[in-house]
Amino acid sequence: MTPGTKALWVHLCLVVLLFALNFLLPEYHRGILSRVMVLSVFAMGYNLAFGYAGMLSLGHAMFFAAGLYGAGLTAYHLGWSVWPAFGAGFAAGTILAVIAGILALRTKGVAFMIVTLMFAQTFYLATLYFTTYTRGEEGLVLPQSARALSLFGISFSLTDPTVRYMLALVLLALVLFALLLLVRSSFGRALVAIRENEERMRMLGYDVFANKLSALIVSAAVCASAGAAYALLFGYAGSGFASIQYSILPLLWVLLGGAATTLGPIFGTLFMFYAVDITSSYTDAYMVVVGLALILLILYFPKGIAGAIRERWLPWLP
Amino acid sequence: MAALRPLLATERLSRSFGGLKAVDNVDFCLAEGETRALIGPNGAGKTTLVSLICGRMPASTGRVLLEGRDISRLPAHKRVRQGIAYTFQITSIFANLSVLDNVALAAQRQFLDERSSSRGRVEQISLDALAQVGLAPYALQRAGSLSYGHQRLVEVAMGLALRPRLLILDEPTQGLSDGEIETFIALIRAVGEFTTVLLIEHNMDVVMALAERITVMDQGRVLAEGTRDEIRANPAVQRAYLGSVR
Repeated sequence: MTPGTKALWVHLCLVVLLFALNFLLPEYHRGILSRVMVLSVFAMGYNLAFGYAGMLSLGHAMFFAAGLYGAGLTAYHLGWSVWPAFGAGFAAGTILAVIAGILALRTKGVAFMIVTLMFAQTFYLATLYFTTYTRGEEGLVLPQSARALSLFGISFSLTDPTVRYMLALVLLALVLFALLLLVRSSFGRALVAIRENEERMRMLGYDVFANKLSALIVSAAVCASAGAAYALLFGYAGSGFASIQYSILPLLWVLLGGAATTLGPIFGTLFMFYAVDITSSYTDAYMVVVGLALILLILYFPKGIAGAIRERWLPWLP
Repeated sequence: MAALRPLLATERLSRSFGGLKAVDNVDFCLAEGETRALIGPNGAGKTTLVSLICGRMPASTGRVLLEGRDISRLPAHKRVRQGIAYTFQITSIFANLSVLDNVALAAQRQFLDERSSSRGRVEQISLDALAQVGLAPYALQRAGSLSYGHQRLVEVAMGLALRPRLLILDEPTQGLSDGEIETFIALIRAVGEFTTVLLIEHNMDVVMALAERITVMDQGRVLAEGTRDEIRANPAVQRAYLGSVR
């Protein structure tokens, strides 16, 4: 087997495992996993920009929240059904990425972090300013009617846990394989090379700005899909998702799972979610425990979970 | 020489850093097919001049012409696509990638425009470039694990894989052993058969072995230009650069 087919099999196995877990897990954990899968898609989108293309953005909450509100507002106020609402969320995130990217990519390094952070804060404050429509921190709770999905002539309710789990899995699988394809394409290899040495790539004839902008747009589109799916599957859109916390979280998930690995974001999100979930059932000071776990992980696995696996055992892992 | 059409020309090209004129009104002309050396003492403006030519740095005033077309406003990556390749003074390869992947990055760019699936051709061009510099046996090694001399050759192979019309080499023999320099001279002689080469070089043996004509810079200006013998005999050059006559 070539490394390429081996990698494809590993990814397929993971998707099959996640599918099987739907029938094996108790209700509570199935609910958590649905959420984790959607948030992993957010992390995967972030990973394309940060892990592969080396753009340390502190503003990805904006893209997730653009998807969340694009879907949530249209479904809540305009009564759009699931597909158009999802499309609105996707479009909102993508368009914002074009605008933010053209401006923010004139900078790099620390300046890029600050500019992206400013964009995201502006968006966050906007969600609070337009409280009449967004209900600010309190958020919008989508009515049952907005969460009926028609597919192949059959109507599904997104409030049903199995439907929710399966749709989250479909989104995760689509994004996972699309990104797997992308990072192994010549575009993906060019992004990694740009991350390593931008000036060299320019002098090999690559349009560095166009490549980074494309990567940022794809990254934002994936994050917006996650946001739109979150709003529709879990029926809630609140401005908390636009706050800085949701720009830092995907960075943490990606670092934990392994930057520039296709599977890392899933591991990182899962680990972090359960670390919080388990420790918070024992103590109120759960963040201390989680913080300690993070420090240990970074000490012993500086390249994250999937990064360590790749380094020690499976060098062909993409 | 005058009969050959110029591949590259600069017209009153200047670049200042604050009050310092690093490149000062340079008219420079390079004929198609020639191998030219650019020499001069440290700080003479050689690297700045080629940076202006290949677009790494914008010019303060003046123009750069490639085959008579003004390319002054083109960004660096577009000039590379027009055939100007630059190899870095400080080795600048992708240490974590294999030698072959390094060169493939250079080769694959040309096919991205055509949107053809051409992995085979990219690999062929890359292998050819590696064979040319004698690194074919190292193709699958990690580039960072090669010796310094070999890393410099990877740099040259990346330049060759771009299939340039003008190959600019910025101090390519710096840090090489005598044996490696011999190999390098033979390599550039072969490359010079089908490509125009502009060579910034401090090692006068390399310059004398390779260059058909030599341009001498000093304090941002062209001090002299001519054949090897003319330059050797030029008293101004001897004063500015060669020190006492050999």
